Amino acid sequence: MFDLDKASASYNGRVVLRDISLTVRPGERVALVGESGAGKSTLLNLLYQQHQARAALIPQDPALVWTLSVFHNVYIGSLHRHKSLYNLLNLVRPRAREVERVRPVLRRLGLEDKIFTPAGELSGGQRQRTAVGRALYQGRDVLLGDEPVSAVDVHQARAVLTAINEAHDTVILAMHDVDLALAFTDRVIGLKGGHIALDQPTSGLKPSDLDSLYTN
Amino acid sequence: MERSGAFKTSLAFIGVAIVCLLIADIEISTLDPWREMGRMALGVVTPNFLAVGQLGEALAKTVAFAFLGVALGVVVGFASALLFHFGPVRWLSAFVRAIHELFWALIFLQIFGLTPLTGILAIAIPYGGIFAKVYSEILEEADPRPLAAVPHGASPAAAFFYARLPDAWVHIKSYTLYRLECGLRSSAILGFVGLPTLGFYLESAFRQGHYSEVSALLILFYVLIASLRLWVKARLVPLYLLAAPFFLGPGAEISLANITRFFTQDIVPHPIRAAETLDFAALGAWADWMWQIFTTQALWGIAATLILTQIALVASGALALVFFPLISRRFFGRFGRTLGHGFLVVTRSTPEYILAYLFLQFWGPSMLPAIVALALHNGAVIGHLIGRHVDEIPLRPDAPKGLNLYAYEVLPRVYGQFLAFLFYRWEVILRETAILGILGILTLGFYVDSAIADIRMDRAVFLIIITAFLNIGVDALSRAIRAKIRLTTTPERT
Repeated sequence: MFDLDKASASYNGRVVLRDISLTVRPGERVALVGESGAGKSTLLNLLYQQHQARAALIPQDPALVWTLSVFHNVYIGSLHRHKSLYNLLNLVRPRAREVERVRPVLRRLGLEDKIFTPAGELSGGQRQRTAVGRALYQGRDVLLGDEPVSAVDVHQARAVLTAINEAHDTVILAMHDVDLALAFTDRVIGLKGGHIALDQPTSGLKPSDLDSLYTN
Repeated sequence: MERSGAFKTSLAFIGVAIVCLLIADIEISTLDPWREMGRMALGVVTPNFLAVGQLGEALAKTVAFAFLGVALGVVVGFASALLFHFGPVRWLSAFVRAIHELFWALIFLQIFGLTPLTGILAIAIPYGGIFAKVYSEILEEADPRPLAAVPHGASPAAAFFYARLPDAWVHIKSYTLYRLECGLRSSAILGFVGLPTLGFYLESAFRQGHYSEVSALLILFYVLIASLRLWVKARLVPLYLLAAPFFLGPGAEISLANITRFFTQDIVPHPIRAAETLDFAALGAWADWMWQIFTTQALWGIAATLILTQIALVASGALALVFFPLISRRFFGRFGRTLGHGFLVVTRSTPEYILAYLFLQFWGPSMLPAIVALALHNGAVIGHLIGRHVDEIPLRPDAPKGLNLYAYEVLPRVYGQFLAFLFYRWEVILRETAILGILGILTLGFYVDSAIADIRMDRAVFLIIITAFLNIGVDALSRAIRAKIRLTTTPERT
């Protein structure tokens, strides 16, 4: 479903990706690994542009609206499913029906007690989980995540990644934690210096096999 | 020695102000200025609240006009802010806000007569222009990241209300409340052209020498403004808006014939009106007419307006630098600061127009009352903002005290921001200077007022348009200077 043929991309005038050819089929769970600056975020955005209408995106920055509650921030994920007038009413006064729909998502992410807390009052990890909640709540079949668990502890990270995997057919995650990447995906793409240095099924890969990505 | 741009700019402005001061008329022409001032001072310490019925009515009407005018301005301004990327919306809003409320009132008086509509529109139109600009800036400064996280397919309206507006909301609310305070001042001075607000009662009390009533009215007005945050609550605003129309008082009937006459005859330049056909001869006569007004009136009005503005600008700055330590805990104890706050609240709550009116009674018509009024009011506004900011500057524990602290630690740190505030006020001071002409000082407002007194609306409108463009020009110059000397600190919107 995702197809790149010798794609390149620059960021601030610097070439970040060079000659990337890549195919991702529906149902695959892919981890993008590599040093920071290797081009993971750029590659994710490139892929997102191919399927904006089908894919939910978890940006690296949580991009929350600080003055709105966790509920409203997650509800933003469903704006495209409702009429604007309904969205407006729900903004002024949360509808009970919508609250009950958002609640289970937050329960899975361990945020249920924060449902009406303004996003600006959350800790870093809670903010990140709220951003994940917004993506889950979009109800798309594809998810693209840029370091979706970088700010939460390992225990919560597993719960979050499980939730992501259960809710989507196709998942592509940029990750820096190699252990988690191997545990939750079935294909690893390693980026180094703007091109693909490794592309293998996860099964049989050991964390040490990825060491070469991180050394010069 | 290399001097900074801010330093050189300050010197240049001071130099220009000194030259202006040499040519300006700053004479005291009353025979015994001290006697009137003494009587006023006596009135200040013996306020007469007995005429409470009348005072209450004046205040209620002042509030009612302010609420309705500002509310209409908010609606128009917010709608225009959403369309601010269209050039014509931007130009129109710049044009309408360059014209002072009192000028608008003078125009609407000709159209609608002495009716509530005149007062409401006189506030709503310039405020709408200001809201359009400031709201659009606030919305632009809102965090852009959430907008990018809105799912594909969401309507732009939903995205705006969920991901754009909430971040801006607090700023919009506090700016609107600040503007409501300005609206109360605007509403009060509309009384000077005949609307039934505070200024009307103030002027008649003054004429009759009832100084104790003058001071009672002003004291109530300060209380009203100082307590604004206590009685203006989001929940109560709809209630106030519903009640306001009942306080406006009866208006004369609005005559359609008047409205038509205003647009089809009164404001049509005389040579065009007199011509039978719109041919070259008529256009030539029109050009002559404009040239005539420009050289015999506008040019002198512009010169006087600019001279007064430049003196008042520098004087405002000088006073602000004296005023700001008064409310800072770095310089004064609790008692001193309370006095300082009281003084600044009174001077910045009194509209320049009312201050100028008072001083004019004491000293007679010259530029002096206007300079003092503008400098006091604007100095207090800027001093208040800087003073609040000074308390947030972290100082080392062994910092010097008193004058040394002021000169070595505080002033260098706040000077850039101070200049930015002052340049923001430049255009405000110019607008006020023009309007003070109505009091008899020979700025542009004087010529506008005389044209209206002669029932020459075509001339009045032409002069008002010139005033607006002068204002837009100074605003552009101020922006250019701020960019040139890199005053990047965004001052609180004043």
